[in-house]
Amino acid sequence: MTVPTELVDELRSICGEEHVPTHRHQLRTYESDGLLQYAQVPGAVVLPSSAEEVQRVVAACHRTGTPFVARGSGSGLSGGAMPVQDGVLIVVSRMRRILEVDLPNQRVVVEPGVTNIAVSEAVGPGHFYPPDPSSQIVCSIGGNVAENSGGAHCFKYGFTTNYVTGLELVLADGQMVQLGGKGVDVPGYDLVGAFVGSEGTLGVATKITLRVVPSPETTRTLVAFFDSTGEAGEVVSELVSEGIVAGALEMMDNLAIRAAEGATNAGYPQDAGAALVIELDGSEHECEARFDQVVALCEDGGAWKVRVAADEAERALIWRTRKAAFAAMGRVAPNYYVQDSVIPRTRMAAVLGRIEELGEEYGLKVANVFHAGDGNLHPLVCYDGSVDGEPERAEELAGLIVKTCVDEGGSITGEHGVGVDKKRYMPSMFGEDDLATFQRLRCAFDPDGLANPGKVMPTPRLCGEVPGPYRRHPLEEAGLAERM
Amino acid sequence: MSAEELAADLREASEAGSSVRFRGAGSKFHWGAAAEGDATVISTAGLDRLVEHNEGDLTAVVDAGARLADMQSTFVSAGQMLALDPPGGDATIGGVVATADSGPLRHRYGTVRDLVVGMTVALSDGTVAKSGGKVIKNVAGYDLAKLFAGSYGTLGAILQVAVRLHPLPPRTATAVGVGDDPAALAAAAAELTHARLELQSLDVVWEDGRGAVMARLGGATAADPAAEVAAKLGRHDLDSRVEEDDQPLWDHARGTQRSEDGIVVRVSGVQDQTRTVLERARDLDARVVNRAAFGLSWITVRDGAQVDALRNALVPSPCVVLDAPAEQRESLDVWGPQDSGAVALMRRVRERFDPAGACAPGVLAGVG
Repeated sequence: MTVPTELVDELRSICGEEHVPTHRHQLRTYESDGLLQYAQVPGAVVLPSSAEEVQRVVAACHRTGTPFVARGSGSGLSGGAMPVQDGVLIVVSRMRRILEVDLPNQRVVVEPGVTNIAVSEAVGPGHFYPPDPSSQIVCSIGGNVAENSGGAHCFKYGFTTNYVTGLELVLADGQMVQLGGKGVDVPGYDLVGAFVGSEGTLGVATKITLRVVPSPETTRTLVAFFDSTGEAGEVVSELVSEGIVAGALEMMDNLAIRAAEGATNAGYPQDAGAALVIELDGSEHECEARFDQVVALCEDGGAWKVRVAADEAERALIWRTRKAAFAAMGRVAPNYYVQDSVIPRTRMAAVLGRIEELGEEYGLKVANVFHAGDGNLHPLVCYDGSVDGEPERAEELAGLIVKTCVDEGGSITGEHGVGVDKKRYMPSMFGEDDLATFQRLRCAFDPDGLANPGKVMPTPRLCGEVPGPYRRHPLEEAGLAERM
Repeated sequence: MSAEELAADLREASEAGSSVRFRGAGSKFHWGAAAEGDATVISTAGLDRLVEHNEGDLTAVVDAGARLADMQSTFVSAGQMLALDPPGGDATIGGVVATADSGPLRHRYGTVRDLVVGMTVALSDGTVAKSGGKVIKNVAGYDLAKLFAGSYGTLGAILQVAVRLHPLPPRTATAVGVGDDPAALAAAAAELTHARLELQSLDVVWEDGRGAVMARLGGATAADPAAEVAAKLGRHDLDSRVEEDDQPLWDHARGTQRSEDGIVVRVSGVQDQTRTVLERARDLDARVVNRAAFGLSWITVRDGAQVDALRNALVPSPCVVLDAPAEQRESLDVWGPQDSGAVALMRRVRERFDPAGACAPGVLAGVG
């Protein structure tokens, strides 16, 4: 145990003995989140049941100068919820009450441990909560808020940040603060917007107010098969230039198709170079008017097979096959390394070509599964962890893929977050002044650096005191020195 | 002027102990509480380039001093739009972002916070920093663009923004339902808000003792679905019709967010306050545009007593004064009551970004 014994005793008195597991094998179950490459056994684990308990736990951490990490369901893919050795892991999975369903105002108020899917279930079938990460059956809203999670439908519907209107937070000093509410455009800074996506470094959200919207009247889904990702990519460009805003546009390359098909037996042709899933949703009028146009664009663009989902079961199979792609990589190689880079969509063909070249150069297979509408790639670098040097080669290759994407004007992460996994790539996107400016926000919320330390920023940084108003130095006054 | 020159001017003024205000077209310069002291005004007028228009990626990078209307005409000629339509033809992008102003398109596309994907700012110590990027999906680093959207220049100067664009719908048509019963108008708006429709805009306008629900359809089809919506409005005892040449209607609706001689109060309410808003407007003989799905209303009243009456009727929804005649402005509580915990945290943010306290001091009451 590497946190003070008195602190552990206090955690027990706050949350009850049974909610502060201490056996090493219990602690080890929390050593990683969904990204298993990174592991750290936490100093202590606590499972509070209420906002008040979270507040008392954080206050106790602050009093003893102990860092803490909040964790939802642990399904994150950037090591964002990886514990710190000398810190407390605050697991919010017992906080899974839906506090209020206010359908007349299209708001739902939840505790952070509520799963993503539970929100849509609470307001369905008339309404739904659009952000839909692939892990939505298990992932928590608290985690979604921390990571600003997206999903397959965010090209049209937006991300978590577009649906959070209010937050109750416990700041790193144990203070509780209410930001926003059910209304929008509330006076003052948009601290809700600043908090969403801050990866647990600004505090712990204990209550979240979400906007829900009417479900689309109808949904039409197809999967089209092409010889190459290049052809499929051209069709995506055509759709965009025709002004068609699809609910989802998802692409898989040959390796991903073969792996996913092996897992689901959906009947996807194993020799297809690319599968493009296109989903239109919205009003009957609009979908009907657009769907035939979409089918024609696919056929004109070289699709040799277009499979239209005739019913909900066929639609579910198309989606199951797409969502199985990650897990099915086990069929290709024992291990894989997933990236989350984003590129301007028009650079897709060039970047995919470069990824292929790099894969050949490194002698490793790279499968591609991606959100084609918004240019969010998920290259899966396959490797065998038992082969000497291969994990390192895979990591190096993954890093080069990220660099390629940033060089094309993209981003190191579209939806998984920076966490520990991508912080070393931050300097490829942001200069020293940019990073120092990020740190100003962090210091305003958490001057002691206790909330989720070691994440997001490439190098550890401390917060100085807030300097007073600027005063000219006497030497400056006298014209003897200049501030550089 | 270049961005670097602006940042240097800001630093110099701050070092000289002067406070600074940033100015685009000046169309909303009087918004917010009165600034403390005599401020040096730094204009963004020279920063007016459309830096990039990436048609295929539906993104653009724009300097803060560029006029929104000018940018929009470039985007429109490519069949695209920046889905921000606040009132005021002269407004610059920087001013719209700094005040987080919005218009009817918000219903479908969101507002400044949702459409700005990257931002470059200058801080009072001369630091020039960027956040976000120019792709529409990106979670790397803190989302400082959201912090600066609606910050009224109190954190630093906005120099440049990257924005997401949307395809222009090929057709639009608007269903209109007119009546003088606030309850019927509110019920009709609520039905449309909860219906499985993909509206582009949904406003309720009230003036001169009558109101109208306006629902705009946009897409490959417009007139047929608009007729269906008009039929729904008719069932609420409203005089309903479809307007295919509908742009003037929406120009009028957003124009109702501004006033030269009245006091405009923006209410951050909830949907089920729409009826109360319209009833109060009827009683006070006020003018309203209500963005129904967001519970947002802009209400034009005549004096401070009416502002207080609105705040009392709509408590706890924040009611912020935007436009107001200069002679009345001084006696008005522009921002109204705020949560003290949230304000204290905002003050801490401001102290970190602008420790000199140079940027628009006093404009965001309680914060700086």
